[in-house]
Amino acid sequence: MTTVQLEHPHAQRRRTLVRGLPLAPAVVLMLVFLLGPILYCLYSAFTDMALTGSSETSFVGFENFRKIFTSDEFGRALGYTLFFTIVSAIIGQNVLGMFLALTMRAGGPVARAVVSAVVIGAWVLPEVVAGYLWLAFLGEDGPLNQILGFLHLPTQDWLFSLPILAVSLANIWRGTAFSMLVYSAALSEVPREIEEAATMDGAGTIRRLVSVTIPMVRRTIATNLMLITLQTLSVFGLIWTMTRGGPSGASTTLPLFAYQQAFQLSQLGYGTALALVLLALGGVFSLIYLRILRLEDGVR
Amino acid sequence: MTVAPTRPVRPRVARGLAGRGAANLALLVVGFAFVIPMVWVVAAAFNGTAGLSVSWPQPWTFDNFRAVLNVETTYRPMLNGLLLCGGGTLVTMVGAVLAAYPLSRYRSRWSRPFLLTILFATGLPITAIMVPVYGLFVQINLIDTVLGTVLFMATSALPISIWLTKNFMDGVPVELEEAAWTDGASPMQALRHIILPLMWPGMSVVAIYTFIGLWGNFFVPFVLLLSNDQLPASVSIFTFFGQYGEIVYGQLAAYSLLYSLPAVVLYLFLARRLGGAFNFGGAVKG
Repeated sequence: MTTVQLEHPHAQRRRTLVRGLPLAPAVVLMLVFLLGPILYCLYSAFTDMALTGSSETSFVGFENFRKIFTSDEFGRALGYTLFFTIVSAIIGQNVLGMFLALTMRAGGPVARAVVSAVVIGAWVLPEVVAGYLWLAFLGEDGPLNQILGFLHLPTQDWLFSLPILAVSLANIWRGTAFSMLVYSAALSEVPREIEEAATMDGAGTIRRLVSVTIPMVRRTIATNLMLITLQTLSVFGLIWTMTRGGPSGASTTLPLFAYQQAFQLSQLGYGTALALVLLALGGVFSLIYLRILRLEDGVR
Repeated sequence: MTVAPTRPVRPRVARGLAGRGAANLALLVVGFAFVIPMVWVVAAAFNGTAGLSVSWPQPWTFDNFRAVLNVETTYRPMLNGLLLCGGGTLVTMVGAVLAAYPLSRYRSRWSRPFLLTILFATGLPITAIMVPVYGLFVQINLIDTVLGTVLFMATSALPISIWLTKNFMDGVPVELEEAAWTDGASPMQALRHIILPLMWPGMSVVAIYTFIGLWGNFFVPFVLLLSNDQLPASVSIFTFFGQYGEIVYGQLAAYSLLYSLPAVVLYLFLARRLGGAFNFGGAVKG
């Protein structure tokens, strides 16, 4: 609806400013509370800032990063973070969410309503509550072991034997609804005629899915993967409630590691350097997905 | 859901029915797996002798609820949570509606880069910046203040809210406003008297979505608030742990139910109003 007007460039610039004015409150808030901390992060990651306050902070260059990349603890935390993200988001939530969205299209209305209520219920519950539910569910006398015992299968204290897998399962349970909703919305826009045509041509269910339905929503898949990856990279409350990162660090992902270093051990500089690494990791994942999307555009 | 067109030949109908049966079975299995972890909290909340194991309440009792329903344990944290999340949602909505207006109504070469930045910011892992935010809050004396926490929570929800609000506002036809402009209304008057009343449903979606997100948020108030009497429900739930030695599981479960209630009720309201999958799918199309 822009009308082409011949105006003095000065007046035009002023008009742009006036029109953009309503953006100011949101922009100011985001500059102060989002960009500010990121810049602060960039600064303090290169210092030996400590919470104890007393002594002055000095610039230490890449010391924090050298410490990070040579420490075994960081290596483990990074490994757990990647495991947690890949297993619970990229595989778990993504595949289960797509499976549910596809199955719901084929299922009856009652089953559809019941399952979506339950799955979304798990998503709406506050993360701390979800943590407690899973703490109880996986505990030594918890329901899972009761069921396994009933089936005469070996029982164990999952939070001790396989803590990172335990928190990953909990995160799949909690986060699948998001992918399910996104994929349901995307699938509802796939024209049924195209799928019917594939069936007429003799394609089986699996074949139709792989060659017709899924390729049609591939852009949504890439975008959804990016969103759930970033969400999962920063999960804190769920893991904290279930294991506090333990036992002996066996479920300490990067957010928990940064928290422990910064707040429990008062190494604010080191903690922010870790936060920066976490941000960079999110950036790398985003770039990969954006790259996939861009390649897509190039092909078409 | 669209009605499937009539299927051609009979064998396909039979296969369709078998397929539907298999789909229903698969759905029920997944639904069952999702429900099991929830059983404990309900059973334990009404159980006089609850532990971590699941058992039929013995004795059946409301004692756990009675024990937690007091100012110290429930009412104040809930009220704090309401204040933080309500305040945060209010600030977010005001910021988002104002910002969405120029983004939706004017074309400028700044619009696209700005929107892309917003989209990128929606994915920003807030957990990663909490350490520097803590440092910042200590420096500018906002640590342990409700105002500071409200502002930060509001800001963390702003990018996604702006994005969604802009999409909803795009759905309001611009012709209605042009009439108002001709009558001499300023853009802000048009926003208030014409657009807002029309996009009320969309805004309630964004507001409820924001509120639920903030209500469940644990890490932000956990880091930014220190004094016990300011903590919201999401953080004070930890008082059931350790402080008195043993965890009182029955009370913890009862409290968990009470704390989850607002989020669940609001979601049900949202789902009823908009028929389930509300339209944030549109924002994720890429």
